Amino acid sequence: MKLIILENYSQASEWAAKYIRNRIVQFGPGPGRFFTLGLPTGLPRDHPESYHSFMWNNFFKHIDISPENVHILDGNAPDLLAECDAFEEKIKAAGGIELFVGGIGPDGHIAFNEPGSSLVSRTRVKTLAMDTIVANARFFDGDLSKVPTMALTVGVGTVMDAREVMILITGAHKAFALYKAIEDGVNHMWTVSAFQQHPNTVFVCDEDATLELKVKTVKYFKGLMLVHNKLVEPLYSMKEMRAERSQSKKPYSD
Amino acid sequence: MPSNKSVSDAPIVQFTNCRILRDHQLQREDLWVREGKILNPEKLFFDEKGSADVQLDCKDSIIAPGFIDVQINGGFGVDFSLATDDFKSGIDLVSRKILSHGVTSFCPTLVTSPPSVYHQVLPQISVRNGGAHGAGILGAHLEGPFISKEKKGAHPEHCLRTFEAGAFQDLLATYGSLDCVQIVTLAPEMRRSSEVIQELTKRGICVSLGHSVANLSQAEEAVQHGATFITHLFNAMLPFHHRDPGIVGLLTSDKIPAGRRVFYGMISDGIHTNPAALRIAHRAHPKGLVLVTDAIAGMGLAPGRHTLGQQVVEIDGLNTYIAGTKTLSGSVATMDTCVRHFQEATGCSVETALEAASLHPAQLLGIEHQKGTLNYDSDADFLMLNDSLCVQATYIAGEEVWRQDASGM
Repeated sequence: MKLIILENYSQASEWAAKYIRNRIVQFGPGPGRFFTLGLPTGLPRDHPESYHSFMWNNFFKHIDISPENVHILDGNAPDLLAECDAFEEKIKAAGGIELFVGGIGPDGHIAFNEPGSSLVSRTRVKTLAMDTIVANARFFDGDLSKVPTMALTVGVGTVMDAREVMILITGAHKAFALYKAIEDGVNHMWTVSAFQQHPNTVFVCDEDATLELKVKTVKYFKGLMLVHNKLVEPLYSMKEMRAERSQSKKPYSD
Repeated sequence: MPSNKSVSDAPIVQFTNCRILRDHQLQREDLWVREGKILNPEKLFFDEKGSADVQLDCKDSIIAPGFIDVQINGGFGVDFSLATDDFKSGIDLVSRKILSHGVTSFCPTLVTSPPSVYHQVLPQISVRNGGAHGAGILGAHLEGPFISKEKKGAHPEHCLRTFEAGAFQDLLATYGSLDCVQIVTLAPEMRRSSEVIQELTKRGICVSLGHSVANLSQAEEAVQHGATFITHLFNAMLPFHHRDPGIVGLLTSDKIPAGRRVFYGMISDGIHTNPAALRIAHRAHPKGLVLVTDAIAGMGLAPGRHTLGQQVVEIDGLNTYIAGTKTLSGSVATMDTCVRHFQEATGCSVETALEAASLHPAQLLGIEHQKGTLNYDSDADFLMLNDSLCVQATYIAGEEVWRQDASGM
């Protein structure tokens, strides 16, 4: 794995954004599609806390993505099992996930794969842990009864199939989960630890999130930052890429 | 881009690079319009998988709901209180010209007139939507003749009336028809006014208090019977007195029925009200302030003599007096100058100034689900303004109906 340690939340976010940008440009998007996380069930589409609203307000409305290229698990689908299976099929049809971007819960979960989730699980309906419900209560005026208890989520196995995985972890309250994820063993109680067996993982975090790690680990990866920063500098642009590509398509004459 | 919109195939326009007035704040958001209404882009994106057909760059303009003028007596040589042969073309002219002031809906106002005028003029006023032809007409505002002699202002005394004899029937006989009437201004201290106010309110007509010597309790009683507006606050009413605040006291009265709000018109042309008085009113009751022009026929024309119903009015700069007197009679201010002056005089936020000319009049008339906001599904009547609150373009039902051209006309 690559562990990228930045000073604070903004720097970590910026580094991650630049990395994703470079990856997209290098990938040369065309028919490629990117998938995101699961959705709590039972919320109307336009509830301000719905995943649809979150993604619309924070991402989709700022870019020129075609609505047909957006695939979000629909927590209101009549047949949830069919919805989950269809989602897996869509991923396959799109050629697999190129880059999965996610966060980590304080209990070490990825997506809604709560402690005890199978490390080879697929997209499915998942019951949420009490911790997660409490953590999300702040979006529902602190009223625990309003927080959904189930969620549709991609499975650990689904994410493991992605060609690359990026996990963003910031804040001291995530420090223990990060320690369990990268310094302890692979364990289904801390599902993010599954990525120790993924060939291409990037963990981006801030100083606070490293508080439970060994000093040795932190020093080691900080020492690699010179190399890792080459992934975000220079910043590529689509125009340059297209120009390069069209040039490289010129036939050679020997 | 292929359209796979499931609800309608009508073109969708996305206004980008702008700041829109929504939820009482200027937000950096795009404005989406389809079929004359404001569209919810999130629903379009997820439910219909649709996207914009046309994208317009607004060059960082402010987009605000169109202004609504609930008291305008005429303009550009047209006097709504004169029963002329070409009355219809007169009202059409005014409704077209005020688009450049940012007004997208208005209430043509008639001052105190003899019954014959009402009988001839009112049938020629019809409620209609705005468009390229001009601003929409919401209904007539009848200011008088049931007003106080002592506070008649510029209204002709010989046309004043009471409804002592037959209350509501008297009123109906005077006006002839109430079909297209939206607002009636009357003096609540007149005998049997409570009955009249109740009858008018029952018919959905907004009752306004003005040109009156009522004290606070008379005014409060009128509000309890259904009155919701005050015509040009401070003007043509008893001045505020600390032991009897009169009509002005309604701004902070504790006898307003629960769930109701009293609105008050202000002519913020810098002449009708001293800026300090404007500030006092605004600070006492900011949510009730409705900007009105009270514009007369001379608005938009060169200074000189014009008519206001049965009277002759002299215009000198921004001052408009009954010829030969110092009695104010209407104004020649335009709605956009009123908005700017209001913002400067009170130092309020841009959002507050814009809402006083759009949201508040819409709330007064009970039409805020349709007009006066940029909420989803409301009518797409809006303005593009620059940072000095000068109107650059006016849109009605999503169509551009006026644009400031380079010559600044």
